Amino acid sequence: MHHIAVIDYGMGNLRSVSKALEAVSNNASVVVTSDPKTILSASHVLFPGVGAIRDCMAELKQLELEDVILQATQEKPFLGICLGMQALLSHSEENSGVDTLNLFSGSVKLFRPDALINGEKLKVPHMGWNQVHQTCSHPLWKNIEQNSRFYFVHSFYAEPTDKAVIAGTSAYPDDFAAALYKDNIFAAQFHPEKSQRAGLQLLENFVNWDGQS
Amino acid sequence: MSLAKRIIPCLDVDGGRVVKGVQFVDIRDAGDPIEVAKRYDQQGADEITFLDITATHAERDTMVHVVEAVASQVFIPLTVGGGIRTVEDIRRMLNAGADKVGINSAAVNNPEFVREAAEKFGSQCIVVAIDAKKVSAENETDKWEIFTHGGRKPTGIDAVEWAKKMVEYGAGEILLTSMDKDGTKSGFDLALTRAVSDAVNVPVIASGGVGKLQDLTDGIKLGHADAVLAASIFHFGEHTVEEAKQQMAAQGIEVRL
Repeated sequence: MHHIAVIDYGMGNLRSVSKALEAVSNNASVVVTSDPKTILSASHVLFPGVGAIRDCMAELKQLELEDVILQATQEKPFLGICLGMQALLSHSEENSGVDTLNLFSGSVKLFRPDALINGEKLKVPHMGWNQVHQTCSHPLWKNIEQNSRFYFVHSFYAEPTDKAVIAGTSAYPDDFAAALYKDNIFAAQFHPEKSQRAGLQLLENFVNWDGQS
Repeated sequence: MSLAKRIIPCLDVDGGRVVKGVQFVDIRDAGDPIEVAKRYDQQGADEITFLDITATHAERDTMVHVVEAVASQVFIPLTVGGGIRTVEDIRRMLNAGADKVGINSAAVNNPEFVREAAEKFGSQCIVVAIDAKKVSAENETDKWEIFTHGGRKPTGIDAVEWAKKMVEYGAGEILLTSMDKDGTKSGFDLALTRAVSDAVNVPVIASGGVGKLQDLTDGIKLGHADAVLAASIFHFGEHTVEEAKQQMAAQGIEVRL
């Protein structure tokens, strides 16, 4: 039986994540926790998050979860969502610049507020359903149609140094990394827990994932 | 490949039931919010908005339970508005499973509340709801004013300027309702929608007045809205969300089908 730990560090709506995981896993227990022991004894770890990066890093530090997260990313299937993806890069432009966990070399940048999209002003946050183009085959994309739409809500996007870690892209208006992967880590800028069928499929794939690419 | 325009069915909730009034009177019962939300999810709704129209203290608990129940079964974004006045109100709704909250009168009474809320929870979950009414005469330049208390109380605040100010304060989205059009089924106030949408760089949801499918397309093409909100056109089975999206797609609007 799988034990999935959803890391609770006070950033955002964890009920939706845990309810969605419960909906797709008959055979798993889901626990929302900030306890290092519980996180490190889980079979799968999910790192969610909404809000601002400075608060995110401060909360992780205060709860002494930075090392726990780093250790979990070495050992077990690990899924970062939204801010939980951005925190995995080296640095974020948000809040006048914040150093982050550095699991993926690269930085997190603000969408161009002066850009035009079909002649209209680019609205930031990037909010709504956008298509995700899968750029690799990965167990987490299993049974998800190419270019399926997922729900996004974010103003910053990840720009990894090594493009080979990009698992999927979206366009707003330029292509950006909608998902990253490396070994047993997968990270999504979109919210699978709010992306109806395609999102639930991705979470189901995560629950069934052994961490191998 | 780009971002889809959104269709958002709106459920006015009173005493745990979905209701729909015409210009805030003549309430008709439209059903159980959980059943209604599930139906819209199956039809392809991009989000669902709940408006707590009584918004009394006792009703707040009912609303929290409604959101909890819906969020356990419907995996699309949920917004809750009506009577959101404190950080604690927001926290309760987010913890119940809402993704965004709509702030209306409380923003007018105390704009700093929007700033505080955005700093605490992030702009992405702070929707400022604006109820606007046209106050200019036919031969004057268009001008709209903010009204509170269900459209009864004028504030003297210009709607377009207010929208810009709320974005500066941290609003991540504007829900714009025309009080002149709400419940009339005669289409959005397109001039108002366009004026606000062009003035701000956050998404704008057009609301108030949808009577036929073409109104939704017009809200996006002519009103420059990023999303369109409607209630009665969907509640009483006149149209499904899917029909609405097919009609929009046929006119070249990118939608999630």
